[in-house]
Amino acid sequence: MTIRFNDETFRGDYTYHNSPEAIRRFPFPFDQDSYMYSVNIEPHAGGRAGSPFEKRFDVDEHYVSEMKDRAITLAEDPMRCQSLPHMDLAGWDFLELVMTSKAEDYPELFELHRDGDRWHWINKPMGIEQRFTFLDTTTLPCGPLEYITRQTQGDHALLDQREGNLWMDAGMITSQADWSLDFDIGMNFFEWHAPVPKAHEMGVFQRALKFLLNLQQGAPVRRLNWTMTVNPRLDTSPENYHKWGPEKRTITPETVGSKQYLRVELQTLWRLPRSNAIAFPIRCYLLSLEDLVSVPKWGRRLHRVLRDLPDELAEYKGFAVNRPTIVAYLAQFDDGEPTSPGIFPD
Amino acid sequence: MPRTEFSPSIASRPVYAGLTSQGATPAIMLADAEGAEALIDLAGQDASVMDRAHLIYIPAGAPHGPRLAALGARLYHEAPSFAACLERYRQALAEAHMGSQLYLAGTEGLIGQATAEALAAGLPADAIHTEHRGSVARRMQCVHCKGVTENVTTDPFICAHCGLTLFVRDHFSRRLGAFQGVCVDAETPGIVPPAQEIKP
Ligand code: HEM
Repeated sequence: MTIRFNDETFRGDYTYHNSPEAIRRFPFPFDQDSYMYSVNIEPHAGGRAGSPFEKRFDVDEHYVSEMKDRAITLAEDPMRCQSLPHMDLAGWDFLELVMTSKAEDYPELFELHRDGDRWHWINKPMGIEQRFTFLDTTTLPCGPLEYITRQTQGDHALLDQREGNLWMDAGMITSQADWSLDFDIGMNFFEWHAPVPKAHEMGVFQRALKFLLNLQQGAPVRRLNWTMTVNPRLDTSPENYHKWGPEKRTITPETVGSKQYLRVELQTLWRLPRSNAIAFPIRCYLLSLEDLVSVPKWGRRLHRVLRDLPDELAEYKGFAVNRPTIVAYLAQFDDGEPTSPGIFPD
Repeated sequence: MPRTEFSPSIASRPVYAGLTSQGATPAIMLADAEGAEALIDLAGQDASVMDRAHLIYIPAGAPHGPRLAALGARLYHEAPSFAACLERYRQALAEAHMGSQLYLAGTEGLIGQATAEALAAGLPADAIHTEHRGSVARRMQCVHCKGVTENVTTDPFICAHCGLTLFVRDHFSRRLGAFQGVCVDAETPGIVPPAQEIKP
């Protein structure tokens, strides 16, 4: 399998686009015609060939451009990557996990040669070659978490486990759905989830935390989360909200198909071996509504989900103002036919 | 002024359980303005709580200094601001050992900053006791410029650093000892709702 990497932007002129193959493999998050929060966790043990669930860390046509966008965001705001002092070992654990997984899953793109603690990493798509000593930070250009996540699509949080809770003590967060690492760093599972409506009362977070505290090494899990984003913008951070906020009001019946995106996060959770921390990659996929409705099942289903979604969720996810326009647009693609179970196209 | 009763909120927002004596253990006590009355009530519950206490008071115009000074703390100090007593407070935290207790009373800004310092100094969370008294003004961090505006009493308010108009969230960081302020007219520049007094 060879991937042609797109040359595209996630800001300014927004030249981001999906190839027909990328549309077909989009991780559509709804397995039925309605949506409510739940503990939607399943083993991350591969998946349908070609789907984003197949490999441990999915690499797709957006890889190189996404990493350029991250570099721009970090140059403007280095605090998007932070690690509390006790999280260095977890950073190394995560670097090892990513390098070994990518070299095995994409041997034509990545190579890792190890001679004891002397490692040699080759990242062909980004043109990077690095020799370093494992666990010796002075041999890398930056800390291990920053080093590997500048080369890995998706945001990444590292959670320390203590006192029967998880603590968000490190992260690389440049493509977030409107939350701040700088504000949330050091919080526990219940604190950083505090702004989410309904889920606390439903017991979702209690059950999810209990499950995660028992997560085992070698048995990663995954879940999907979603929201709606205007323009294919990765950096929808609260830090820059006053800059991207006005774009949210540019949705009209004429622009909604091309400017309104379904944003899906493929979140995976990994127990790390030395630190006992948990790594939480949050991989973001963006698909415009006009591309989405090219899969008839998805057009029908998204219409029904968004039409019937409780107001609190639309409000929290930040698309309440545009919901009527979005639903009216999608209604054209809903003929009322039943939809098949599961997330994949028919 | 009695203890403040807050309406139920989200999980990151601190709750101030009120002060109860942990006995005659080594203690640091820090209060501002009306927080003094919480310490006076604490001493009323159990006078021995003062025996080994280092008490720092920031009057901020309130008249309770003489009554506090008379409670018999091992050390009593009045400071004009939190910034002015910060190094003294840090030294006291650094010298605290197993079993030392921290009593904080007054506004959320003081309790928030003092808690953040104590946690950073390694004091266990269960040794920190808090009671809210007085103004419900909040200490707000601007999520955009990261500047902190003290004593915010209205929602929205103007960031003292970057000048954006921010709305007041209940989301609170214990590490920063501050609530989060977010641009209120980000989507519709210039359209700002009228300011309301912050309610408990
Ligand atoms: C342990 C790693 C996790 C981290 C670091 C994490 C982090 C976050 C953050 C930062 C938010 C945004 C909160 C805000 O508005 O400020 C969020 C939202 C949310 N999280 Fe998590 N989370 C984790 C695991 C989970 C798990 C296992 C579940 C399973 C139920 C979950 C369910 C949710 C839900 C339902 C939302 C609301 C999302 C929306 O409606 O868009 N999270 N999470």
